[in-house]
Amino acid sequence: MFNQKFLSVAIAALCVPSIHSAYAASDAEVQTLRDEVRLLAERINQADAKTAAPAASANAFNPAVSLILGGTYTKLSRDPAIPATGFAMAANPAHAQGFNLGESELGITADIDPEYRGVATMALAPAGGITVENAFILSSALGNGLNVKFGRFFSGLGYLNEQHAHAWDFVDQPLVYASLWNNQIGEDGVQLKWLAPTETFVELGAEVGRGRSFPATDTNRNGAGATALFAHVADDIGVAHSWRAGASLYQTQRQNAQSLNVPDLLATAGGVTNSFSGNSQTAGVDFVWKYAPNGNIADRYIKFQSEIFQRKENGVLTYNLLTPSTYSNTQSGWYMQSVAQFMPHWRTGLRYDRLASGTANIGAANLANVISNYGYSPTRTSWMLDYSPSEFARLRLQVARDMSRQGQPDNQIFVQYLMSMGAHGAHQY
Amino acid sequence: MKKVIYALFAIVISNPTHAALNVFACEPEWAALTQQLAGEQARIYTATTALQDPHRVEARPSLIAQARRANLVVCTGAELETGWLPVVLRESGNTAVAAGSLGNFEAAQFVKMLEIPSRLNRADGDVHAAGNPHIQTDARNFLPIAEALSKRLIQLDAANTVQYQQRLANFTQQWRAALTRWEKQAAPLKGVAIAVQHQGFPYLNDWLGLKQVVTLEPKPGMEPSASHLAQVVSELQTHPAKLVLRAAYQDARPSEWIAQRAKISAVQLPYSVGGTPQASDLFSLFDDTIARLLAGLQ
Repeated sequence: MFNQKFLSVAIAALCVPSIHSAYAASDAEVQTLRDEVRLLAERINQADAKTAAPAASANAFNPAVSLILGGTYTKLSRDPAIPATGFAMAANPAHAQGFNLGESELGITADIDPEYRGVATMALAPAGGITVENAFILSSALGNGLNVKFGRFFSGLGYLNEQHAHAWDFVDQPLVYASLWNNQIGEDGVQLKWLAPTETFVELGAEVGRGRSFPATDTNRNGAGATALFAHVADDIGVAHSWRAGASLYQTQRQNAQSLNVPDLLATAGGVTNSFSGNSQTAGVDFVWKYAPNGNIADRYIKFQSEIFQRKENGVLTYNLLTPSTYSNTQSGWYMQSVAQFMPHWRTGLRYDRLASGTANIGAANLANVISNYGYSPTRTSWMLDYSPSEFARLRLQVARDMSRQGQPDNQIFVQYLMSMGAHGAHQY
Repeated sequence: MKKVIYALFAIVISNPTHAALNVFACEPEWAALTQQLAGEQARIYTATTALQDPHRVEARPSLIAQARRANLVVCTGAELETGWLPVVLRESGNTAVAAGSLGNFEAAQFVKMLEIPSRLNRADGDVHAAGNPHIQTDARNFLPIAEALSKRLIQLDAANTVQYQQRLANFTQQWRAALTRWEKQAAPLKGVAIAVQHQGFPYLNDWLGLKQVVTLEPKPGMEPSASHLAQVVSELQTHPAKLVLRAAYQDARPSEWIAQRAKISAVQLPYSVGGTPQASDLFSLFDDTIARLLAGLQ
């Protein structure tokens, strides 16, 4: 700082004569002096830049911690425990009714060493208890566009699957994610991704894992419980448009996957419990397109996305845990949605969901018991409006007309808040 | 599968780059500076345009694909790109440009940072721990950054050392001459009171001696509300300003509104190369900035 004071005195001393005795000093001399002063100033600037205070303290290496607080008020007109028609043997992650604290999400991330990075996300359930949502290690040490992830992670299949709940554009997941992936499929295992060295984004990925979550049936074995493959291609069109298309394949061998309260042809009150063992293969394609005027997303943007998944299962279905017979079915579902930020901080979105429960081929022993075709396509339409006063806070209203259960239309209203505290990393595309 | 891989290799092979270095520049000013210092030696990709808010950019796959091919990433640093660059670099799987490596150049490390906050609290809005990151508005900052960037280019591509040194010498000489010219032209701006839309001009103020009296954003990064703008108008009655400045990527409405109420001129500055049609390279960026400021005074 002494330097700077000294410098200003020096400048003053240099300038005063140059003004008052301009006739004595030629323009060239003044120029030389000016240049010298500037050089001095630059040196001082650089010296100052180099002497920035080091962040030396015991907690300097602490990882980045983030906490997401979320809560929802939900008004439903039907019992959320009733599954979509024809999907009683699929997942049904039911909405919680009334005022409810959503999952709070505690995230901890840090570089472990130059080669490894650790990411942990703990979901704090409102009723108490902690579940490990993500706990994985990332490494790019292999170079050449290879990224390895191991531990517990959300599978890279589809477009929405990797996104955490706080980044969803709607309060809930599309019906196809709810029914076929129990909202989101997590895996304990290894993921390898390779990014091609091309101008167009081309990424290939493979995962092998324990088969920890639905549709896999977590069992102890030495081999892999589930495998997934996915590929993404993406690019920009000019500065304003960007898109990504993807395809994925998921395979697992289900063992004694039990489903409760499954309706049957005998109209057994409360349904029966069925068990399925066999092969389950799911293929999907996804597409997302985004537009922002001049590519400036801070101001306004539109995003359109759609995904389709189709699951083929064949094996043995044990009706009411008593009568086994062969069983094969193909179920599918898709959604499309569009979200627009029509002015800074305000977004609105519309989503349409549809499921197809398929026609099952049922072995002779169960032809009179198991429903082969429900003859109904569950659908749902949702509209949302959200306001984000800052990047770290979001308030959302969502209304939906849920026709996923035959003859039982459900008008739903959701009010949600999502707040993020602490370090908040960048979101993926 | 094999076919796909062969096809991909074919694409790579059919696109040989003659340039020695693939450079990924986060903002247009660093692309322009790299162009000055590396010329044909570099093939430069610019991740953002001057019409995009550099705080708010998506980690688009196209950026990841470009980072994958880069030998050098040239960015502002100081957390300006914290919302997107870390994901881009991580997903690229390119260790050569990972944070802290030789291929990762942060311009903010080589200049004196202003507005380093004494406390960090999100209640203060979008503040950056390392100081205000909008360093490119002070033309003087380009000299130390150019020197450091040139050194980095030489470290990465020693075979072309002579060319890099020659280009740095040329640039430094031209830039010094331009600085003298700009400072002479900008003399009438010294001490002029200004309002700014975003807290994005401390370096410009420091350089040209503009006196900032009020900011339209209530907190950095927060859109001004109508009631806050009304407050700004009354503030401007007690502390009058002559100009209200905004960057090219910002919404024109708040500053136009203020300009009308307070009877002052709204000045849109290019902020980076390409922000206005006139600002086509680093030199014309500052020519145009000063011309627009002076025009605002008329």
